[in-house]
Amino acid sequence: MSVLVVVECADGEVKKSSLEVASYGAQVAAQLGTTATAIAVGEATEANLAKLGEQGITKVLYDAEPRLKEFVNNAYTKLIATASEQEQAKIIVLANSNIGAAVGSRLSVRLKASLATNVVELPKTDGGQFVVRRGAFSGKAFSDVVLGSDRKIIAVKKNSIEAKHEAGKTAEVASFTAQLSDADFADAPTQVVMQDQAGGVLLPEADKVVSGGRGMKGPENWNLIEDLAKALGAATACSKPVSDVDWRPHHEHVGQTGITVSPNLYIACGISGAIQHLAGVNSSKVIVVINKDPEAPFFKAADYGIVGDVFDVLPKLTAAVKELS
Amino acid sequence: MKFLVCISNVPDTTTKITFTPDNKEFNKTGVQFVINPWDEYALTRAIELKEAAGNGTVTVLNVGEADTEPNIRKALAIGADDAIRVNAAPQDAYFVAEQIAAIAKEGAYDVILMGKESIDYNGFQVHGMVGELLGIPTVAPAMKLDLSGNTATLEREIEGGKEIVTVNTPFVASCQQPMCEPRIPNMRGIMTARTKPLKVVPPVGEPARTTVAEFALPPKKQGVKLIPAESAGDLIKLLRNEAKVI
Repeated sequence: MSVLVVVECADGEVKKSSLEVASYGAQVAAQLGTTATAIAVGEATEANLAKLGEQGITKVLYDAEPRLKEFVNNAYTKLIATASEQEQAKIIVLANSNIGAAVGSRLSVRLKASLATNVVELPKTDGGQFVVRRGAFSGKAFSDVVLGSDRKIIAVKKNSIEAKHEAGKTAEVASFTAQLSDADFADAPTQVVMQDQAGGVLLPEADKVVSGGRGMKGPENWNLIEDLAKALGAATACSKPVSDVDWRPHHEHVGQTGITVSPNLYIACGISGAIQHLAGVNSSKVIVVINKDPEAPFFKAADYGIVGDVFDVLPKLTAAVKELS
Repeated sequence: MKFLVCISNVPDTTTKITFTPDNKEFNKTGVQFVINPWDEYALTRAIELKEAAGNGTVTVLNVGEADTEPNIRKALAIGADDAIRVNAAPQDAYFVAEQIAAIAKEGAYDVILMGKESIDYNGFQVHGMVGELLGIPTVAPAMKLDLSGNTATLEREIEGGKEIVTVNTPFVASCQQPMCEPRIPNMRGIMTARTKPLKVVPPVGEPARTTVAEFALPPKKQGVKLIPAESAGDLIKLLRNEAKVI
């Protein structure tokens, strides 16, 4: 038996969240006295896959079938199920991404496995039970879940596990084929449209986030948010009222009914801190709140705060960041 | 076209989450339950598509005990035609998926819709499990859904963009914004909902594969360190030298 780690790649690179997953899988393997094998999906290079050794992976399987470069739910599920049979994997670890969750849920039925998504910590295996801690109530709480089946699938929340790096270690890259047929690609996307990122950072993977609320007074003022984000190398985000009135696209909406993020640094500008918004950000390591209302509830959830006008404070912060570098 | 819309009964988004003293169960005292906000997109879009086609039915399905019926009636008031309640507490995602798959199969539904995830369990699992149990495609999370005959065109959100996916019925999709503007019940809807059929059926299938051992709340913050607005730049020094995050 071994641990099988699903590694997502794009443009030849292993995604940051998948480095975290690889490190998680290797640590679980060490806990159980076995090794971790990865199965790579998406567009990868052999050199980058071999570097997964730095996260503790011993072997990487890669199917060079060109149609696997884009996500296809059925094909990916079959690929990973086949790899799991070959490796006799009892535990499969993947990212809690739109790919990982879609594949993980199908796999759990196919392999009769118990599945935990949104997992934030390494499992506890003492006492004969296999228990993982996962985020629940949209960031307002955690639940410790017992995975009862012989096979287990764990989807790890982004930015919850720090990826370990042991420089110089390499993994063996082995070619692999799942013998996929045309029928497995029947639900392939007909078109993939990427957002214009303009050198920006993707919010779900970001380790720093600058976020704006109604206090920004209008979309025309978002350059202040973007300037600070750019200086910091951060992603931009917003509160629900802001995306509701279309000042910003909905995929930037952080909160209970948007996305939950857990960056190292979350800077909230002109956001009062409604309970639904706090749910989406309260697993951030450091929270900074800038608001002219000293009574804004967000200050209670913050590590650092500035009571002041965002239009005055933001340019000062951007200038101070530029002075650092 | 037969639509099956799966709804879950969740604490209102303003709820302050607390647990029983042994941390084994969610404390429901004084909590207002609502239709899961993500499921509202599925419900409204199904009604819109039925109206646009001029025929078809929308059935709403909930796995829950009798206390979920007010929200099932609300879904009927919004415009669903009939409802099924599987009389069991939703033990875990797999258990719920088994119930949905059994009902979808029996009723030969063409389009099975639900929200992206529930805001209490946040599993993001049920749609994929239902698709796999039925051997049909799942598109999750979908931001747009259009139907033309038996062919659906969906926009699926991916990190940093979207995919256009075309599938034939039957299929499963999980829904999120900006698919539609969720409707609220009007007075006529509320009146007619009272007499719409609501069937209660017993659960089927295997027991749950996961159990919750304990709940926990996030650690409390130590308290905020305030920096005067005049010397805002000092914040950046603190973030580098004290918090070490930049």
